[in-house]
Amino acid sequence: MSLIEVLPRVRAWRLPRPDGLIQWIVPLAILLLWQIACVTGFVSSRVLPAPSDVAVAGWKLLASGELERNIWVSFWRASVGFVIGGGIGFAFGLANGLSQLSSKLTDTTLQMVRNIPHLALIPLVILWFGIDESAKLFLVALGVFFPIYLNTLHGIRTVDPQLIEMGRIYGMRDGELFRRVIFPGALPSIFVGLRFALGIMWLTLIVAETIAASSGLGYMAMQAREFMQIDVVVLSILIYALLGKLADSASRALERLTLSWHPAFQK
Amino acid sequence: MQQALRFLGPEAEAVDHPDFIEQARLARDGSDDASHRGLPLTIRGLRKAFGSNEVLRGIDLHIPAGQFVAIVGRSGCGKSTLLRLIAGLEKIDAGSISFGEETRPEDVRVMFQEPRLLPWARVLSNVEVGLGRDRGSPDAQSRAARALAEVGLDEKRGDWPAVLSGGQKQRVALARALVSQPRILAFDEPLGALDALTRISMQRMLGQVWRDQAFTAILVTHDVAEAVALADRVLVIEDGRIAHDINVDIARPRRRGSADLAALEGSILRDLLQTTDE
Repeated sequence: MSLIEVLPRVRAWRLPRPDGLIQWIVPLAILLLWQIACVTGFVSSRVLPAPSDVAVAGWKLLASGELERNIWVSFWRASVGFVIGGGIGFAFGLANGLSQLSSKLTDTTLQMVRNIPHLALIPLVILWFGIDESAKLFLVALGVFFPIYLNTLHGIRTVDPQLIEMGRIYGMRDGELFRRVIFPGALPSIFVGLRFALGIMWLTLIVAETIAASSGLGYMAMQAREFMQIDVVVLSILIYALLGKLADSASRALERLTLSWHPAFQK
Repeated sequence: MQQALRFLGPEAEAVDHPDFIEQARLARDGSDDASHRGLPLTIRGLRKAFGSNEVLRGIDLHIPAGQFVAIVGRSGCGKSTLLRLIAGLEKIDAGSISFGEETRPEDVRVMFQEPRLLPWARVLSNVEVGLGRDRGSPDAQSRAARALAEVGLDEKRGDWPAVLSGGQKQRVALARALVSQPRILAFDEPLGALDALTRISMQRMLGQVWRDQAFTAILVTHDVAEAVALADRVLVIEDGRIAHDINVDIARPRRRGSADLAALEGSILRDLLQTTDE
């Protein structure tokens, strides 16, 4: 169990219970089998380096400062792109969920754009921005926009109309109705969008960085491929997996904090 | 104005008293004052149609202040529409509804078949919602807590609605409706979704708060036994009109299953079935 998952319960801090460790048995077993297969020569180190070799490569890169720099660059791109795209998606989702006019005006257009795979825009984006930072941010923001937009919209539209009527009866004006009824009601759905968006965020960033970048984890992996450093390639992939898991855990922790009223989150 | 003074009066005088909350409660529930609390209701020539379907075809009705009126009828007869019109949830097509004197929005409250609690708000905050424009006032919490105590759920104030039973949820909804001290309280099948035993104890509770707070009560129900057990007067609605207007002249407390209640229930049921068969 990662630290982030434990955070909401940090007040009642104790050692992870055995059932919290169960989820790590399979990854550790795979790692062990992998190491054995490499050491015994069952798998050639030119196909797949041993985990210990990957760890050594990671240590060297860490010592030279290259690894931290690349992780930081990728993390920065991912989060800035996420905030921009997610913010715009959330704003459109709110506007179109709350206003008929706004929905009529923009929803059809957005649905059309949604059907273009955003990674298909890479050639165009390179022509527009070169391999500049803005190219990566644009792609991440575009990829993140739609899951957040769609799920915010869906969440707001499916808030129980009986609760909205109740709020009106008890004299809630628009602002209070939104704060007390509509937004909390839409929150579970918004979180679904958030978790989809986090997945798309990494995917987009990896692709963008491997195709057009001069720094970042994807770039590091592509450079390593050029020089046949397969251990660094595998290292990059493992770091992506770790970062993805971290982002997912963070969103789940946030979910548990804000949705503690929800029967699904009560123990 | 008189009402405002009445609420200020006892509390303002008794703030030093250790038990002033209880005193205020007594003052509020005291029979002298309480008899003035309900609002009378007058309906003239009320009509309502949804598209081509005319649901109410001319309702004329006067309900004196503080009366407990039950409205029964088959499903689709327009009884719920009548209640929604009284509560201001639908637009009137023709006719008028008046409450005797000027009313604030907090004076008319509705309780539905579904509790309609906010699942993401604790029980106490859900009751606070009922305060209307007074939600932000400093005594909002204590008023909500008092209303919650009145329905016997004081110890549940910090719980999420999801952990409550159906009957408890409905009691929270009742506390939310009562917290603003309404002068007309309309019930739309409030006990329809409850099991038989819970329903009986909820009926007792409804009768109790009505006697304590002396609001004008309008109860829409399909349960004739419930209607005669609780109400001063039973209206039978057929085809969008008041077909029968029956006074329930049986002294309270009424015993469930007593002969005179059963006789009255039987005759109302006969009326209902007769018009159905035609």
